[in-house]
Amino acid sequence: MSFQVIVFYSFAAWLIFSALMVITSKNSVKAALFLVLSFATASAIWLLLEAEFLALSLIVVYVGAVMVLLLFVVMMMDIDYAALRQGFVKNMPLAVVMSLGFFGLLYFFITHGELGTENFAAPAPHDANYSNIKELGRVLYTEYFIAFEVAAVILLVAIISAIALTFRGRKHRKAQVVSKQLAANKKNRLKIVAMDAVVEEDEVEDTDESAESESSDDKKGEEK
Amino acid sequence: MIELSDYLLLSAVLFSISVAGIIINRKNVITLLMCIELMLLAVNTNFVAFSHFLQDSAGQVFVFFILTVAAAEAAIGLAIIVVLFRNRATIDVEKLNQLKG
Repeated sequence: MSFQVIVFYSFAAWLIFSALMVITSKNSVKAALFLVLSFATASAIWLLLEAEFLALSLIVVYVGAVMVLLLFVVMMMDIDYAALRQGFVKNMPLAVVMSLGFFGLLYFFITHGELGTENFAAPAPHDANYSNIKELGRVLYTEYFIAFEVAAVILLVAIISAIALTFRGRKHRKAQVVSKQLAANKKNRLKIVAMDAVVEEDEVEDTDESAESESSDDKKGEEK
Repeated sequence: MIELSDYLLLSAVLFSISVAGIIINRKNVITLLMCIELMLLAVNTNFVAFSHFLQDSAGQVFVFFILTVAAAEAAIGLAIIVVLFRNRATIDVEKLNQLKG
């Protein structure tokens, strides 16, 4: 038994165990953490398949970004997990039958098809200075260049839609409307109100004549 | 040595597990999303295995694009879940019957 075989079977066992824990654990936080474990073990298996760049980017992109986002969302919500597990036992037989049937079908095609060793012999491993990233980048930037650009646009759409969906700020913000500002005139802003003059008592006693003239001036000047 | 069929069987097991997960967790949207991620992981493992055994890097490029689309899908799906929880205070799939579809 070579080292690769030991690595493959141990990581495959961990992968299947963690996948089972993802679908059966009561708490979504636990399920998300087991999903992280299954991504990590899957990346070890991809390393066995000499896909080093993808194995590392699985760790960086999935475990580092997507799963952290998922954990944020799961932890932010106040969810009644007991209510969400209603029907778990009821659906169990159907799930077991469906998945076993599905697996049986796949098993039949994989073992009885033309996917055996005679058609797909294990290739010789690359030498030490082979660069998976160089090979992948050469293909990505030449043959699949348009697909690469489309992938970038898809990510942009994802950013914009995620922000647009969850944006909770003021939708109708207060802003200047230039046409309204230019259309404004004196009539809109200035209102002339007629008011009786307020004359204080002691002023009236002191100077009768001057007070009267002042009050008439006030009447004219009461503008608001 | 490890054959191609070993890798294919491993991803078949993973895919079957996530199919079962979708059936038994029919109420919890977040677990459904996680099961879809597991399915994509199984499919990607198939792609990488074939790419290795056929010595063709096109399979790895495909996995690269699937990872991109899956990340976008996870981001939008989680945004929808957040909006859903804000409006309905639940993520139970069976209570989302406003459209009477």
